[in-house]
Amino acid sequence: MFVALRDIRFAKGRFALMGVVVTLITTLVVFLYGLTGGLGRDASSAVDELPVTDIVFGAPAGAAAEVSFSSSTISAAQAAAWARTPGVGSAEPLGVAMTRAAGATAAGSVSLFGGSADLLPPLLSGSAPRDGQVAVSRSVADTYGVGPGGTLGLGTEKVTVSGITATRSYGHAATVWTTLATWQRISGQRQPTVLAVRRSGADLGAADAARGTRTVARGDALVGIDGYQAEHLSLQMIQVFLFAVSALVTGAFFTVWTVQRKPDVAVLKAIGASSGYLVRDALAQALAVLGGGALLGGAIGAGGGAVAASAVPFAVGPATVAVPVAVMVLLGLAGSALAIARITSVDPLTALGANR
Amino acid sequence: MTVLALDSVRLTYPDGDRRLTALDAVSLDVAAGELLAVAGPSGSGKSSLLAVAATLSRPDSGQVVVAGRDTTRLSDKERTALRREHIGIVFQQSNLLGSLTALEQLLVVEHLRGGPVRAARERAGALLDSVGLDAAKRARRPHQLSGGERQRVNIARALFGRPAVLLVDEPTSALDHERGAQIVDLLARVTAEHGTATVMVTHDRALMARADRLLDMTDGRLAVVPTPAVRS
Repeated sequence: MFVALRDIRFAKGRFALMGVVVTLITTLVVFLYGLTGGLGRDASSAVDELPVTDIVFGAPAGAAAEVSFSSSTISAAQAAAWARTPGVGSAEPLGVAMTRAAGATAAGSVSLFGGSADLLPPLLSGSAPRDGQVAVSRSVADTYGVGPGGTLGLGTEKVTVSGITATRSYGHAATVWTTLATWQRISGQRQPTVLAVRRSGADLGAADAARGTRTVARGDALVGIDGYQAEHLSLQMIQVFLFAVSALVTGAFFTVWTVQRKPDVAVLKAIGASSGYLVRDALAQALAVLGGGALLGGAIGAGGGAVAASAVPFAVGPATVAVPVAVMVLLGLAGSALAIARITSVDPLTALGANR
Repeated sequence: MTVLALDSVRLTYPDGDRRLTALDAVSLDVAAGELLAVAGPSGSGKSSLLAVAATLSRPDSGQVVVAGRDTTRLSDKERTALRREHIGIVFQQSNLLGSLTALEQLLVVEHLRGGPVRAARERAGALLDSVGLDAAKRARRPHQLSGGERQRVNIARALFGRPAVLLVDEPTSALDHERGAQIVDLLARVTAEHGTATVMVTHDRALMARADRLLDMTDGRLAVVPTPAVRS
């Protein structure tokens, strides 16, 4: 990096400008990554963290089963048949619905899950709900001002809070857990929404065909949450565009820089620098600019995200920072490499004579 | 001892539908410690001669031997290594790298060779001293030096790799007569001190008095010119 570092020192204004651009784009990407993770968690954690392997979706009579929590319904016969299926450890009916909650301090929407205590998120205090009781996520307890022994209005019902669970949410609404019978009473639905299955080698295709259901792995079931996929894809598309913009901007910068450096490159080649030496030197220069800008952008994004997390759904962690920073650097290097490859075609003969 | 030898070298360039002959049956030998001046008008082939000797152009035919190696048989990579190890080039324009200080213009040569740059600083400083660049100007970049100072750094850079062959392209073209004469004097001195086989091409015959031998180039052909010493 003998020449590379000195070029940066000499043209510090230009390189600083490029570094600032990389920093800003990385900050934006880290924010988007954190927001994507946070919104995704906000939309799906109640399903994503169920202690099961698969989710079975059903459909009303005459309709084909789809991966959709809003249209799925499971009959008693389907639930019983799945429970008897070889290779299936358990098939717990799970009711999923949105309802209105009214507590001591607030009123609003919550997601209501009804099922066995086996599916309950970790209890932080109190006990698992029995009929007529609910266990609420910590965020529900904080927002609605309720705790174990307190009363919460759900729809037209009044229920007792038996405990507080780790925070879970579904469709951007914090989750309230209860038994299937209480869920049916509050939601007004007679049949559960899905089956939560623990599987160890069952033939899902044959079981689905026999029972008119559609079974997917728990992680794949998230697309069945209304709006989840559209929201996720929109944010991911913005990320992809930002990465592409970053690669193009750095590529354009180093294209111009390489063209400006051609006379110097010709001289260096004439005095014995190999193309490999010059390409390594230029790539090290690109890495210094990209690495510095991306690390700074990652730090700003992580710090800003941590502050913003109290107001917006934001997931900040080593992966949500390290991944976008690494991708920024790698794509930026790829864009730069295409520009820097021009170095190999510079003819050292141009260093001789007056055509310089 | 002959360090640079060209034997029956022919070099042509494409020129529309035909080929232009830049060098025609050119042969010459340059010994260690000898300063050879090649004079000729613009377009006579002087720069082509340097390009071939510097291994920057591959001749159509003939042999170019540098430090005992026939360069026409070498790959591009080998020719690059040969330039790095055995050839110093003093460019017409000083062609110094804009981001490097005068001292660093020399150190980059050591870096290209994979040598210890830190240890080379003292030698680089001494060499800049020997070509007449003030110690205070070692930390200056090219745009902070005068034309004559840039040319002195150019010469020092070419010498820093201890080359066997020193190729000098119109070293005084950007200088006034007085400074041009100083640069040619300097080239004669470093040729003797460093024992390089030096080829200097120029169109300014007035600056050739310090050369050991003169050749005249016309239309790609070389002819011997009697030196003042020979004439006497």
